[in-house]
Amino acid sequence: MALFQRKRHNILPGFGLSMGYTVFYLSAIVIVPLSMIFFNTIPMGWDPFVNAVTTPRVLASYKLSFSTALFAAVFDAFAGLLTAWVLVRYRFPGKELLDALVDLPFALPTAVAGICFATLYSPIGWLGQILMPLNLQIINSPTGIVIALIFIGFPFVVRTIQPVLEEVEQEIEEAAQCLGATRWQTFRKILLPHLFPALLTGVTLAFARGIGEYGSVIFIAGNLPMKTEIAPLMIMSKLDQFDYAGASAVALVLLCISFSMLLVLNAVQDWQQKEYRS
Amino acid sequence: MNLHGIKKITLAASIILASGLPGTIATATSSATLLNVSYDPTRELYQSENAVFASYWQKKSGQTVVINQSHGGSGKQARAVIDGLEADVVTLGLAYDIDAIADSKLLDPNWQKRLANNSTPYTSTIVFVVRKGNPKKINNWDDLVKPGISVITPNPKTSGGARWNYLAAWGYKQKQTGSADQAKTFVKALYKNVPVLDTGARGSTLSFAQRGLGDVLIAWENEAHLILKEFGSDKYEIVSPSESILAEPPVAIVDKNVTKHGTRKLAEAYLNFLYTPQAQDIIAANFYRPRNLASLKKYAANFPKIKLFTLNEVLGNWRTVQKTHFNDGGVFDQIYIH
Repeated sequence: MALFQRKRHNILPGFGLSMGYTVFYLSAIVIVPLSMIFFNTIPMGWDPFVNAVTTPRVLASYKLSFSTALFAAVFDAFAGLLTAWVLVRYRFPGKELLDALVDLPFALPTAVAGICFATLYSPIGWLGQILMPLNLQIINSPTGIVIALIFIGFPFVVRTIQPVLEEVEQEIEEAAQCLGATRWQTFRKILLPHLFPALLTGVTLAFARGIGEYGSVIFIAGNLPMKTEIAPLMIMSKLDQFDYAGASAVALVLLCISFSMLLVLNAVQDWQQKEYRS
Repeated sequence: MNLHGIKKITLAASIILASGLPGTIATATSSATLLNVSYDPTRELYQSENAVFASYWQKKSGQTVVINQSHGGSGKQARAVIDGLEADVVTLGLAYDIDAIADSKLLDPNWQKRLANNSTPYTSTIVFVVRKGNPKKINNWDDLVKPGISVITPNPKTSGGARWNYLAAWGYKQKQTGSADQAKTFVKALYKNVPVLDTGARGSTLSFAQRGLGDVLIAWENEAHLILKEFGSDKYEIVSPSESILAEPPVAIVDKNVTKHGTRKLAEAYLNFLYTPQAQDIIAANFYRPRNLASLKKYAANFPKIKLFTLNEVLGNWRTVQKTHFNDGGVFDQIYIH
């Protein structure tokens, strides 16, 4: 009750209407379709559900999907920060072109990306030819999956940091330098706290996207049971056995883990922002 | 959606026809459509068959027929039909996929007895494709388990063709030794040599031919010939093992849909047409093994002599095989989990 009363003092009118729209759209677009996963799983019963989602192959696939998505997201954090920095702070010819290139992973059908990687790193591909004799196995290995996910997640990080970085006033950095801060201190104490929430958002988005990514990974992963099978493939292969309930069960677990991770990361972000402001 | 619209028009047309307007001009303009939902490698086969059937049907009934084709992995196609893709006929890679459609009450559970030869107008088998000159000297199934040989085959969980590959290897060893245990050990050793399990047969073909992975590809006989045609017979050659499985890709009418569309007669004629000498010749020319002996003789050069065993001979029917070998926790899972 207290919560609603406080809202009444909001200077922006139309809370009821806009909230109603938000709930309606969220339901129509997100909640209703996803609840199908839940309702498909219910008829299974508890024990078959637990059995379906804890077979060694399924567990291995969860582990692989989450770990490769995490690796890729962390890598994207560094690469994305650097790219955003260059795009915001420097002027150079061809900048618009470079800027547009960043979005390409968004626009490209993911299967196309997958085929490109598989061709590039195949034993007769440009890079594969060089790497294979050095015993660096990229294709059909978790490394390959990470490379595909780095590609897919990259624009998320760049595009979330870029607007924030544009807002940072360079005078603050100059002031810090004048006051005797080293470059590292300026970055660590001034710039990073400001950028951190955006960086975290970008990394979270890249990570979440990586967990569910199918199209680009499937061509480079190798899909060997226990070794390089990603969780979305387990869902597909259950569907191919006409095991709808089993597929929904695996999907449900994936959904729950992803959602709770997103919740935690959002909470961290809120806390961080409050910390920064105070 | 488009297809749906066409079907509605066709349906309307056939209702007008059926409502009995004898001797009207309707016959001259009447037309019908049929949707054939098939698996991946039959694209080229049905393109030729459909053209010939259309002119055959035109002569016979005066009706113009348009046959729409849909292709994809056999299991995925079956699922699409179950989920509402209104196929008049299905021509899939293995009987189990049509059984699954029957389970959802779209067609008679005894569908396989309705047409000759277990409802399979053509068969195929499983052979090897190797790089030109056969540098690794792969001549039979036993060569596939040798150390250092890299074998390309798709994932039996997601691909119908891959299941035939697996069962061919299993059957060969079981017939040779008379022991299912040894067959299991053999298949386990074989999959140890597999560096990548693509989700479909075409995916494996690309891994092998375009990405240069592996020393040998296990493939449908018709797909093997397609590789030679597409990627060059100067680069690849086909090796036929001494013994392999008789792969039977069946066909069936989807009862519920033909009743709804009023296309039963046409659909029956279409599937029966596949057994005619004319259609059987096309089948053989596309490297599927025809049932008709005259056609087989005519195209004998396409089909080297391989001793063929049926699935029933070595392992039983598809439902049992699917359950023991390919469902979760089945033999295929066991060979990967120690």
